[in-house]
Amino acid sequence: MTVRIQEADFDLSQEIANLRQARPQIGAIAAFIGLVRDVNAGEAVSELTLEHYPAMTQKALEAIVAEVKQRWQLDDALVIHRIGRLLPTDQIVLVAVASSHRGAAFQACEFIMDFLKTQAPFWKKEQTPAGAHWVEARDSDALSAARWSDKK
Amino acid sequence: MALSVLYFARLREALGMAQEDIALNPKLATVAELLEYLRGRGGPWQETLASARLFRVAVNQEMADPATPLKDGDEVALFPPVTGG
Repeated sequence: MTVRIQEADFDLSQEIANLRQARPQIGAIAAFIGLVRDVNAGEAVSELTLEHYPAMTQKALEAIVAEVKQRWQLDDALVIHRIGRLLPTDQIVLVAVASSHRGAAFQACEFIMDFLKTQAPFWKKEQTPAGAHWVEARDSDALSAARWSDKK
Repeated sequence: MALSVLYFARLREALGMAQEDIALNPKLATVAELLEYLRGRGGPWQETLASARLFRVAVNQEMADPATPLKDGDEVALFPPVTGG
């Protein structure tokens, strides 16, 4: 289980190759990639800056990964989150989960994203024609995380 | 006997400060009491910390609530609801 916070971009193919290397028992890998969009809430976005709380970020993401290991039978999980200055179309986050079968991989991948969105201390600041502003947290993200407490 | 208090993102900008040390005293025994003390500074402090919807608190890198106790050397962080991913 690996958690990485970095400014550099990542290569999906390379990361998946590393995840499955020498592990013939893996039957399924589910991966999610979050991207910078050029529009948010009807406003053009020309640039995004991602700030975080370094001492807490690693800890919070590792706690989320530990929780998915408890809930599902997984072979491995990988979380990469970028920080710093990003541009539209840039990759922001990668979550990849390896398991014997697809059910656990799909669900664990979605669980990690739902909790990353509500628990991990990252903040986005957008540059728009009207100036720079901090992105507001969305209630729908809290609801997405809350629905897991009813499951399993 | 002190707390290290960190401010992030919108809070850091609104409060004009990224970090400060605050001396502990018997009236600063919980997160709720620390928030009351900070609001007492008035101006942007009062405004930014007015509603619990506007910010979150972590103590020693774990999410905390108003009743969380504080002790010497704790790292307290105040920040907006998170927006990563």
